Amino acid sequence: MKALVSVKRVVDYNVRIQVKSDGSGVVTDGVKHSMNPFDEIAMEEAVRLREKGKVTEIIAITIGGAKNEETLRTALAFGADRAIHVKDEGEVQPLTAAKALAAAMKKEGAQLFLCGKQAIDDDANQTGQMVASLLDIAQATFASKVEVDGNKAVVTREIDSGLETLEVDLPAVITTDLRLNEPRYLKLPDIMKAKKKPIETVSFGDLGVTPAAGVKTVKTVPPPSRSKGVMVKTVDELVAALKTKGLL
Amino acid sequence: MSKILIVAEHAEGKLNAGIAKTVSAAKGVGGEIHIAVFAADAAGVAGQAAKLDGVAKVLTINNAANANPVAAILAPQVAEVAKGYSHVFFPGTTFGKDLAPRVAAKLDVQQISDVMATHGPTSFERPIYAGNAITTVEAPAGTVVATVRLASFQPVGASSTAAVEAVSVSAALPSHTRYVKLEAQKSERPDLQSASRVVSGGRALGSSENFKVIYAFADKIGAGVGASRAAVDSGYVPNDMQVGQTGKIIAPELYFAIGISGAIQHLAGIKDARTIVAINKDPEAPIFEVADIGLVGDLFQLVPELTQKV
Repeated sequence: MKALVSVKRVVDYNVRIQVKSDGSGVVTDGVKHSMNPFDEIAMEEAVRLREKGKVTEIIAITIGGAKNEETLRTALAFGADRAIHVKDEGEVQPLTAAKALAAAMKKEGAQLFLCGKQAIDDDANQTGQMVASLLDIAQATFASKVEVDGNKAVVTREIDSGLETLEVDLPAVITTDLRLNEPRYLKLPDIMKAKKKPIETVSFGDLGVTPAAGVKTVKTVPPPSRSKGVMVKTVDELVAALKTKGLL
Repeated sequence: MSKILIVAEHAEGKLNAGIAKTVSAAKGVGGEIHIAVFAADAAGVAGQAAKLDGVAKVLTINNAANANPVAAILAPQVAEVAKGYSHVFFPGTTFGKDLAPRVAAKLDVQQISDVMATHGPTSFERPIYAGNAITTVEAPAGTVVATVRLASFQPVGASSTAAVEAVSVSAALPSHTRYVKLEAQKSERPDLQSASRVVSGGRALGSSENFKVIYAFADKIGAGVGASRAAVDSGYVPNDMQVGQTGKIIAPELYFAIGISGAIQHLAGIKDARTIVAINKDPEAPIFEVADIGLVGDLFQLVPELTQKV
């Protein structure tokens, strides 16, 4: 069984985000990038499913400019067998991404599509669900436990009210949440090996996809800052301060 | 004129409190607001939805397949009902986040996630990078599908009586997804997401046993209880108590961060709290940069004392 894992290159989660003073966006030039942490969890899960004998081939896929090859190399170091780079230098929004990913699913005849529940740059939390919708296949989002058994998967999902369990027929889309697993530390030999693994480059056109009309970002501003607070020295002062504010 | 459809979230016959906030967001669009209730038996929930101020009509779609909220089963029905509407809004809960993109793809439109302000029919504000930047976006032509960031809106009142109308839907429903069960985390305490007061504990608590000082204080002031990701990952408390970028984003009137250093990931979840109180033994902890009131010291002494004095 083939698993397709979509991975996105994003500004590293440790970077303090800076908004450009002209309101045109967030500073990304010269800033450290890495694989979206939720996608790392998806990669790790795919590798674990292969270790359990449930998955036979892992194909990593990404969409974006030339620099995204780094992210695919990371996915190959995790253990993907090969990779697909949908090359496009423009801004790619979720519906367009999903159309390309759905086309790749079909082309590969993959049974499992894994990706992070959201990317930590645009925080859209849409792409996986859209892939499932376009293919009319099952989806299990925000997964914290995945068990594949034959042509079915039982997935535990982290939802607001607790843990929900769904049983889905394959092919299916599973989007991964934080507690599904802890991604492995990549070892140097694996990183070296990844350099030799094949990456196929395709365009939206090759996949038969026309980019969908996008949401236009008009301006980007920093969030309103909180005014500097006060420090108190004792519990009595704290209680008094809360009472002054009418909070107790 | 805009026609806005809001997809109701509900459980055990109760309308989710986030719907009153979603209506509030929809009001910023301007236009006629309808709520659709998909359920096995929608009558009870529809009655609650019909009371919300600003709602013109409530649609009920009764089907045994809607007994549990499964996105793959709901999406084709929502997409069908959505015809004739300019906007489809969902609460920005796990229910809405799961379902909305599935509907948007069916309608062949991009989606706008986490709307935090509406400026007319096509202009919205939404956070990116965990709220570290706020964008103003313009939706393209076509149906506007959006999820609403609940922490950004006040609920509308519940003093109206909108008409309730049953709608039949002919969409074919898939059989590839089966609901198995929900392990709900029951709590006697106020719900974290809607509580006006929340007390959260962090890694400094050191153990699940020690969390009792947090519970005791929370119970004294009638607060919901949350935790940092560090406390959750250390196994002190269950997942659903996590407050932060990857947990729950909350906006209480009063928030206590106790033994929480204030990682970016946690701060993203409490940005909208009205007043933040931090108690931490490290005077350099980043939490003090955002706290309205800070107190440096040992939480195991200070919190019991505070519990006694409030």
